[in-house]
Amino acid sequence: MLEIRGLTLSYGQRVALRDVSLSLAGGELLGVVGPNASGKSSLIRAITNVVTPRRGEVRLDGSPVRGLSQRELALRVAVVPQNPWLPDAFTALEVVLMGRTPHLGLLQSEGRADWAAVRRALEETDAWELVDRRIGELSGGERQRVVVARALAQEAPLLLLDEPTAHLDVGHQAAVLGLVQRLCRSNGADGRPRAVLAVVHDLTLAAQYCDRLAMLSEGRLVAQGSPHEVLSPQVLSSVYRTEVSVFTHPLTGRPVVTPAVNGAARSGRPLHGRRTR
Amino acid sequence: MRLFDRTAQADARREAMTAPPLAAALPRRSAWPLALAVLLLLAAVLLGAAVGPAGIPLDAVVRIIVSRISGADLASSLPQQWQDIVWEIRLPRVILAGLVGASLALAGATYQAIFRNPLADPYLIGVAAGAGLGAAIAVVAGWDFTFYQMSPLTVLTFAGALSAAGVSYLLARVGRTVPVTTLLLAGVAIGSLASSATSYLIISSGDKGLEIYSWILGGFNDSSWDSMWLLVPYLLPAAVLVLAHGRILNVMQLDEEQAQQLGVNVERVKLLLIGVATLATAAAVSVAGVIGFVGLIVPHVVRLAWGPDHRQLLPLSMVLGAVFLILADVPARTIDAPSEIPVGIITALCGTPFFLFLLRLRQRAVF
Repeated sequence: MLEIRGLTLSYGQRVALRDVSLSLAGGELLGVVGPNASGKSSLIRAITNVVTPRRGEVRLDGSPVRGLSQRELALRVAVVPQNPWLPDAFTALEVVLMGRTPHLGLLQSEGRADWAAVRRALEETDAWELVDRRIGELSGGERQRVVVARALAQEAPLLLLDEPTAHLDVGHQAAVLGLVQRLCRSNGADGRPRAVLAVVHDLTLAAQYCDRLAMLSEGRLVAQGSPHEVLSPQVLSSVYRTEVSVFTHPLTGRPVVTPAVNGAARSGRPLHGRRTR
Repeated sequence: MRLFDRTAQADARREAMTAPPLAAALPRRSAWPLALAVLLLLAAVLLGAAVGPAGIPLDAVVRIIVSRISGADLASSLPQQWQDIVWEIRLPRVILAGLVGASLALAGATYQAIFRNPLADPYLIGVAAGAGLGAAIAVVAGWDFTFYQMSPLTVLTFAGALSAAGVSYLLARVGRTVPVTTLLLAGVAIGSLASSATSYLIISSGDKGLEIYSWILGGFNDSSWDSMWLLVPYLLPAAVLVLAHGRILNVMQLDEEQAQQLGVNVERVKLLLIGVATLATAAAVSVAGVIGFVGLIVPHVVRLAWGPDHRQLLPLSMVLGAVFLILADVPARTIDAPSEIPVGIITALCGTPFFLFLLRLRQRAVF
């Protein structure tokens, strides 16, 4: 569904992505991990055509995104941005309805299909009790649910999430990632399984929910594969420049990552040097 | 697996909402505010046509207007002088004030939406200062020509307004995009450049300085049925295009990146809507001078009263902008008759207390 080949991207002199190649099929949940400023968000901006890559290309179902109009692109990719700005005066339902924008012509107003999509999105995110509340009255977790519902109402086969769990407590983190996992196991509006790419900061969380991880570091794709392959102590200590301990979760069998506190002191690089947020 | 806690309250709410259409949970977007505003507009037009030093009774005014519009013979018994005053002097002035008010309020609402800035007004990107400079040059040069029946003053103010906005837009371009903050700053810079040139022309040209200054303050003292044709060709397409973008402008209240990711061609919408709003503003300024306050306050009043949905905000702003300026022009021409008070002074004097009253009344987020 998504294919990225040799993507190189820079903002002026600063190179954000170097020669990144990735692919993602329907039904798959890919977690993109890596330290701050490793290019995770740039990847999302390149897929959604917000920035123009210097080299390489992004294809969706075979067609290059550069050739798609903003509207055609929005029909194929929905984004849940990190900390999105939402105007306080609108109600949650109005914001979820904005997800229908690419489906509507200039003078068209929402019809039966749009309301059905909004209803399904509210159902999947359990955001029903929020519909008539103003955005300004919502908590961080509630706003996040509204934005996820908006992305689902867009009914795009590919869903991109930029740190959907940032600033959420552990309960809401589990809720959001569980939802994301459920989404890519269920079929989208077109009857095909959805593909989901999520940028996740927390390595342990990423490992629990994602089938496949991709590790970015300084704009390069340094590892890709199962959580165990990507979250090896060797990869982690070189990428994060601190020693870490990796355990296996007794119930899920997935890796659990913690900083090796004494080890970090021994390596001479204090934790706060390259600490994740 | 259910991952979000489902409360009994949420269940009840869902059941209540799946039965009737979900649309019922939207903030009410009913037709009555617009109907009310249109009624207000009719009342304002009538009031504007009825008030004046000639002391023509209201029923005579109504009869004159109705007979002119419908062709029915209702007014032949009334003095010809009354008919001329109502139809040739007062009504064109009222209609022009309404059109200028509608243009400024529409442009203000559009700018506030595109710039996502509550302080935006139609003069934000240098239109007023450019028009002022054009007017100053026209008065000082004292040219005498007509261009498609327009006076040098009209032509030069229109050209000045458009050049200032155009230069700001070009200066603000970064590659293919025009970031709104840069555009705002470029507009402020071009505006102060033009203003300082205008100020120099005002103080260095003696008696003509007063003429320039009073033109800039704005008013409708030489309106005729012809002057509205200077405005309608710009207001009409602006109104059609901006109103058609109501839903898109709602989406653009998110940041530009989100709007793009929801399928909005942000740069095209910005160029198109800033373009038509600026043309309408330039036309309004070229017929009536720089009337402040309407474009800033009217959209805010509508937002305070009926919420932020642009599908409702834009048409209501237009109609109420017309009402406001028609009403403000009444004291402007009657208080100190036969001389006039610049209408911009009245708009600020009467509009501010009303706006502050509304602001205190509704202490919630409106933008």
